[in-house]
Amino acid sequence: MSDVEVMIAPNVIEYPFRRTTGPVIGAFFTALREGFVVGVRGSDGRVIVPPAEYDPVTAEELTEIVEVGDAGEVVSWAWVAESLDGHPFDRPFAFALVKLDGADTPMLHAVDVAAAEQMRTGMRVAARWRPARPGADDEVAEGVRYREGHIADIECFVPEGDR
Amino acid sequence: MRDIAVISFAQSPQVRRQPDLNEVEMLMPVVRDALAGAGITKDRVDFVCSASSDYLAGQAFSFVMTLDAVGPWPPISESHVDMDGAWAAYEAWVKMQMGHVDVALVYAYGKSSPGDIRRVLTRQLDPYYLGPLWPDSVSLAALQARCGLDAGSFTKADMAEVAARSRRDAKANAWAQLSGDDDPAELLGRDELVSPLHVHDCPPVTDGAAAVVLAAGDVARELCARPAWIRGIDHRIEPHALGLRDLTRSVSTEQAATAAGVADGPVQLAELHAPFTHQELILRSALGLGDDVVVNPSGGALCANAIMTAGLIRLGEAASRVTAGDADRAVAHATSGPCLQQNLVCVLEGE
Amino acid sequence: MPELVLPDRLRGVEPVRSIRTPARLDYEFTAGRATSRFLRGVAEKRLLGQRCPVCRKVYVPPRGACPTDGVPTEEEVELGHTGTVTTFCVVNVQFYGQAMELPYVSALILLDGSDLPIMHLLQEVSADDVHMGMRVEAVWVPDDEIEPTLESIRYFRPNGEPDAPWDSYKDNV
Repeated sequence: MSDVEVMIAPNVIEYPFRRTTGPVIGAFFTALREGFVVGVRGSDGRVIVPPAEYDPVTAEELTEIVEVGDAGEVVSWAWVAESLDGHPFDRPFAFALVKLDGADTPMLHAVDVAAAEQMRTGMRVAARWRPARPGADDEVAEGVRYREGHIADIECFVPEGDR
Repeated sequence: MRDIAVISFAQSPQVRRQPDLNEVEMLMPVVRDALAGAGITKDRVDFVCSASSDYLAGQAFSFVMTLDAVGPWPPISESHVDMDGAWAAYEAWVKMQMGHVDVALVYAYGKSSPGDIRRVLTRQLDPYYLGPLWPDSVSLAALQARCGLDAGSFTKADMAEVAARSRRDAKANAWAQLSGDDDPAELLGRDELVSPLHVHDCPPVTDGAAAVVLAAGDVARELCARPAWIRGIDHRIEPHALGLRDLTRSVSTEQAATAAGVADGPVQLAELHAPFTHQELILRSALGLGDDVVVNPSGGALCANAIMTAGLIRLGEAASRVTAGDADRAVAHATSGPCLQQNLVCVLEGE
Repeated sequence: MPELVLPDRLRGVEPVRSIRTPARLDYEFTAGRATSRFLRGVAEKRLLGQRCPVCRKVYVPPRGACPTDGVPTEEEVELGHTGTVTTFCVVNVQFYGQAMELPYVSALILLDGSDLPIMHLLQEVSADDVHMGMRVEAVWVPDDEIEPTLESIRYFRPNGEPDAPWDSYKDNV
């Protein structure tokens, strides 16, 4: 059989999903929409943020939703010099594990600083919130992403002094 | 427990991009070679278990088409896992322990080149808290590496040393994608990809396939001069939420190693599925491997990392070296999920 | 399910019950050697199958392997543009991505000289008249519109030949 030039075509897969949250994850997103952060108290008393539905050790159902701070400490970070499609920024930024004040576990989010030199483990960062959705009678600005109950309601974290 | 052994191993060339071949065309020679290595034809196979992921090629139920490579007519006894092929081998081993299967064919394949693998792998993450941020596989590994660096568990020089040793060893592996003589200091001088990781700390993007044949008891002895007996095999998983894990350790590997009996005898050789340099260092410590243990003589996943396949290749590589008489007792390890979330450990012995 | 204990600020607030999680992944699909050869053939208005060296069956479109024997198929076989309806269904339901007027008939057609039916449309025949064993022929798009895709065959239609005997297609139903 003689050789053949292999045919290659673009193949785009889209998943236009909307996912049910359930009450625990729903509480986290409800809080984000309202402009604050909650976690859940684990069986051993520690506060897990973002909240888990079941305790990672005992598998007990967790029910006590606890408010935590919207600022905290960078536990680890990765400097993304070249961002990929879907990343929170299309410019260099850091992914970081951030332990919020009052939380015992870190959460993953982006940190917006200009250069890797401005990042260090242990630095204090604070949430930069997207604006609250205007009331029914207020004007809605074009192209603004308002808080809706989504992880991106926190646009990113920034060094605490810069907020 | 029945005595079960790896009696044959084959793989395709592991390459950056294999557009000329569809998955069946890539896999078929590998299945043929694995069966030939055991000196059998497909009629002798009692059970087939395969591993792949539809997300890699963007094709639902793609594994069904790949079954053409084994000839599933008349119908065969078959199963598939959406995990690395090492877990397909585990399923086959369990099935063989049940006593109804004497010979099993296990294969795995993965073409990472059709999509952007760093983005594709984000779809395995929790879809609420992580998925919308698209934290890619390299960024997550970088977070893990920094935890270890900050904790003083290892240094960037240690990591570069792992990369250089892997590439040097891969020179003897004709199937490997990457190999060469690199000076660790020179590697460290290059730009970081996702700090603290350099390109040399990360696995290549690979298209490839692999297969092993497992056989039980006297059938294994009949088909293979020196079967690589599976003396222990176990796998453990950690929570998916990174914040709930200790990223400086691999507790699941420690547990699997204990259950598989790694410490019950001397280990001469280990094939560790560590796609990132720092993960080899974490795994060595979790498995309790001393400096005298030969680690990844094949070059490991840093030199060829076909997704869903590289773990099965570790099992095959370790077993081949036992069969060849290079080692009497070897450890094979496979991982899955971000930052070593899930780990399988297998102890292999010659007779 | 146990009741949640909520902080004051979440009490009496309409809860979030779902979130948007759209995702898009871009791939390049490769047809592989065997299917590429088939599609290049279609662009020349030829239908090319491949014969298994063991069982002698001819597969179209070829995938490069015999699913019975698990061996590569390399011998190329040119097939006719006529065939036999082995089975069919009448589509009466609208669904996303559908381009046809309802009702229409989708059929498995065993091309003459092959051992694996292809799926295609049947037209120029009332759905009520379609039956197993019906002989059909390919209707191609105009020559200047032919592309390396099965859509270059617009549809199949009855070619007027008497029905094929059951024995000629019973192994393909």
